[in-house]
Amino acid sequence: MTFNAAALLLLVAGLALIGWLAGRARSVLLAHRAGNKLHSRPQYHGWYVALWLFAPAILFLTIWSAVSPALVTNTVLDSPAAQNLPQFGFERAAILADARAVAQGKQDIVRLEKSAPLVRPYVQATRQYALIGISAMFALALAGGLYAFTRIRPEFRARSRVEKIVMVALILASLVAILTTFGIVLSLLFESIRFFKLVSPSELLFGTQWNPQSGAPVKDTFGGIPLFWGTVLIGAIIAMIVAIPIGMMTAVYLTQYAKPVVRKWVKPLLEILAGVPTVVYGYFAALTVAPMLREFAVMIGISNASTESALAAGIVMGVMIIPFVSSMADDSINAVPQSMRDGSLALGATPNETIRQVLIPAALPGVMGGILLAVSRAIGETMIVVMAAGLSANLTANPFSSVTTVTAQIVKLLTGDQEFDSAKTLAAFALGLVLFTVTLLLNIVALRIVKKYREAYD
Amino acid sequence: MTDMTSSELYIADPKMTAQNVNVFYGEKQAIKNVSIDVSTDLVTAFIGPSGCGKSTFLRTLNRMNDTVAGARVEGKIMLEGEDIYAPSMDVVQLRARVGMVFQKPNPFPKSIYDNVAYGPRIHGLAPSKADMDVVVEKALTRAGLWDEVKDRLGESGTALSGGQQQRLCIARAIAVDPEVILMDEPCSALDPIATAKIEELIHDLRGKFAIVIVTHNMQQAARVSQRTAFFHLGTLVEYGKTTDIFTNPKQERTKDYITGRYG
Repeated sequence: MTFNAAALLLLVAGLALIGWLAGRARSVLLAHRAGNKLHSRPQYHGWYVALWLFAPAILFLTIWSAVSPALVTNTVLDSPAAQNLPQFGFERAAILADARAVAQGKQDIVRLEKSAPLVRPYVQATRQYALIGISAMFALALAGGLYAFTRIRPEFRARSRVEKIVMVALILASLVAILTTFGIVLSLLFESIRFFKLVSPSELLFGTQWNPQSGAPVKDTFGGIPLFWGTVLIGAIIAMIVAIPIGMMTAVYLTQYAKPVVRKWVKPLLEILAGVPTVVYGYFAALTVAPMLREFAVMIGISNASTESALAAGIVMGVMIIPFVSSMADDSINAVPQSMRDGSLALGATPNETIRQVLIPAALPGVMGGILLAVSRAIGETMIVVMAAGLSANLTANPFSSVTTVTAQIVKLLTGDQEFDSAKTLAAFALGLVLFTVTLLLNIVALRIVKKYREAYD
Repeated sequence: MTDMTSSELYIADPKMTAQNVNVFYGEKQAIKNVSIDVSTDLVTAFIGPSGCGKSTFLRTLNRMNDTVAGARVEGKIMLEGEDIYAPSMDVVQLRARVGMVFQKPNPFPKSIYDNVAYGPRIHGLAPSKADMDVVVEKALTRAGLWDEVKDRLGESGTALSGGQQQRLCIARAIAVDPEVILMDEPCSALDPIATAKIEELIHDLRGKFAIVIVTHNMQQAARVSQRTAFFHLGTLVEYGKTTDIFTNPKQERTKDYITGRYG
């Protein structure tokens, strides 16, 4: 007998339904008997009982299913059969896993000799804890249901209670995303700390040599500067040189010159551009743009131009970011009050002068915020650089040469057969932490600018 | 219906003349057959209930309605004998000659100096920095703002109080040396003290610029203007000397509006 979560869930739901009907019926009955009006409609009393029945039971079930495997294992380890297990390490874990799999019916026979005597204790312990868990759960459900059931009175405010319970449920739902983010940060942090025990943070942040292939934490292997420079060169310089002017001009055209019909068609088209998977941009960069750029470089006399170049990746990334910049700029320009535009036109300025001298300066804080958000997106972008920028950590300002970025190196460090405790793999987490910190800061600054700017015109 | 025969009403040398003007927004007619003269020596006030077309008509005088999609103007509007809706008319040049002050103060998010210098700069009126300084000081002085801001010309125009902002907008309009200044309810967003200052300013500017002011406030029209036009439902109901309109209106509708029967 094991925990069958789905069946239990159904069972509790069934109980809740009974609770709903009982609660509703009782409220009607009580009101009828006492001859006064119910404060809340009968179904709210029903919901009140059902929720009290369902919620504690499910909460317990969730916690129990997380805790019980550890309890089972502990019991097994205490049994006499477990006395001659190896004390530590891989073998011990493998034997336990083997025995557990057989006990739970996932395997027909044991694969390791030593796990055979453990199967029986496992089966017993599992059964024992399942019994405890299920009884406790039903006890909780019934207790909750009875508590709610006995509280039903005609004047009982079930309606506002249900409202509160719903609110709590909504809060819990929104907590999921926040807690997940915390979890991600923590795991990143722990792995990074392990890395920084091997390699000092200043080596990663300021070292100029990146050769992590050996994996040995010696000097001049984990210097991050070439990666950071490559990231900045592609994401913050080349991509922005492409995206800012084109995005701004698109936004100005769409907000100031385009007829409503044109706007109606062009805006969704731009949004489609934003929805193209980045891997497709990657193909485009690697197969079309990069060779073209190389030929061009050779033509103008740069002989060492590589087929993988910072320029190819940067240009394509810039194109990818255009819709982002243009939509932020569009919003900012639209947020500049019409009266500002009228004021300029009424002084005899042309639309072009009005845009350059009044609208864009007024929209600039918002546009800047948008550009920072775009930069933070660009430096976190992975596929395009993996496919088009190359993996050699060159510290160069030549856009035709191959450079590498933080994201590309993370991919490289984590693909293939890797142990999860070598400096080489841990370096990926440390790089991830750096990237996360930078993008987080960029986002915070950008959102503050945008918010402040919005307030200025409200 | 306008009584233009009276010798007192006759304007010998009108700055602007509107003849049989109709304005349409799409199918809807907003202005019906309006004719009016505007003079440099007299302040003209447009009054009437909300939605009567007074602001719409004001905006046809410097073609600000051009920016509204679907707006169409019929009839003739002349500035110094030139048809401002003629194809040969340069709208940009027209708006430099017919300035406008809006309902809500709308200084640019630039310094006080740059707000005033904006117009002269785009029209190339002051070639050197020294010339520009003179233009800015003169405009601010005429707008009665110089003494209040002369020590902080580099501060943002948006940091001024509402009344100061509106005077800054007037200075901005004056700086390009227009012939006509249109004011669209310039005091509706201001407190009484700031309003009094603007009204005083209008008095001072009379004779130098032809001023047309749209106002909701009948006392204001009576205080600042010499000619008043009463609009109702897109038509010009009555046009005459301000004192006549307020003390002895010829039309029943004007009388009802003045005495507060509607509007």
